[in-house]
Amino acid sequence: MDTAIAVNPGFPRLNQPAPAFEAETTHGTLRLEDFQGSWVILFSHPADFTPVCTTEFVAFAELAPELKKRGVELCGLSIDSTYSHIAWVRNIEQIFGVKIPFPIIADLNKDVATLYGMVMPGESKTETSRCVFVIDPKGILRAMIYYPLTTGRNTQEILRLIDALQATDKHGIATPANWKPGDKVIVPPPRTTEDAEERMRAGYETADWYFSKKTL
Amino acid sequence: MPCMNNNGEITEMARKILTAMSESASLPEIAAKTDVPLYRIRGAVRELVEAGLAAEQDQNYVITEIGAAALKKSGISL
Repeated sequence: MDTAIAVNPGFPRLNQPAPAFEAETTHGTLRLEDFQGSWVILFSHPADFTPVCTTEFVAFAELAPELKKRGVELCGLSIDSTYSHIAWVRNIEQIFGVKIPFPIIADLNKDVATLYGMVMPGESKTETSRCVFVIDPKGILRAMIYYPLTTGRNTQEILRLIDALQATDKHGIATPANWKPGDKVIVPPPRTTEDAEERMRAGYETADWYFSKKTL
Repeated sequence: MPCMNNNGEITEMARKILTAMSESASLPEIAAKTDVPLYRIRGAVRELVEAGLAAEQDQNYVITEIGAAALKKSGISL
């Protein structure tokens, strides 16, 4: 039986440099490198003037102040024109009273969408799925989330993901399931038998040599 | 170009940035003076340099004579 799995060779990979781009946005022409030094959440939505996307944009806009505190910039994208984006952003402000503070890429030729594998032909050949790419201040792709067209994203989960990644970078730890700031974190497992022996005496909350937690 | 409108006049964003360049300034300094995110300053300054309104000088940026003239035309004298 043929079980070949089709892999898009252009698909981005975690812990590799995020694909570089230059694109027209609602904030002018921007390059990925313009965000250097900040964390970036690059996210795509299927189309302007659609209901689920509108709820997401309102949610992302409401999340923006918390992200700013964490040094994170947002950048949206869809296969729509700049004019469509501008009209939609103005509509959101008029109807919902929410100002969209972040740029939106007008990716009409799908250049960026293709680089990042945002189009899922099984869902739609003309729209980007609900993708999220977390890029760190050095331009390394640190996390990816893909949601289908029908399901709006949970922005609190995206904030939790940012907190977890930043805690990992700052403290050299990992985070357990459902972790949130203030919870105990995972101490990376020892890599040698000597370190495993030492770990048992290290004073962490240790269930076994490979499973230790601590408070930050 | 977001730094110029369809009439060939500089935009509000360009005015803010060029004014912040009245003295040689780094990109983070321009971002701080204008209260505009650094990513947006990088993109806008790139366009201002391409248009000849600003120039890079020892990793800082300064307004050019063309930039000063455009600013004056918009009602701002440095």
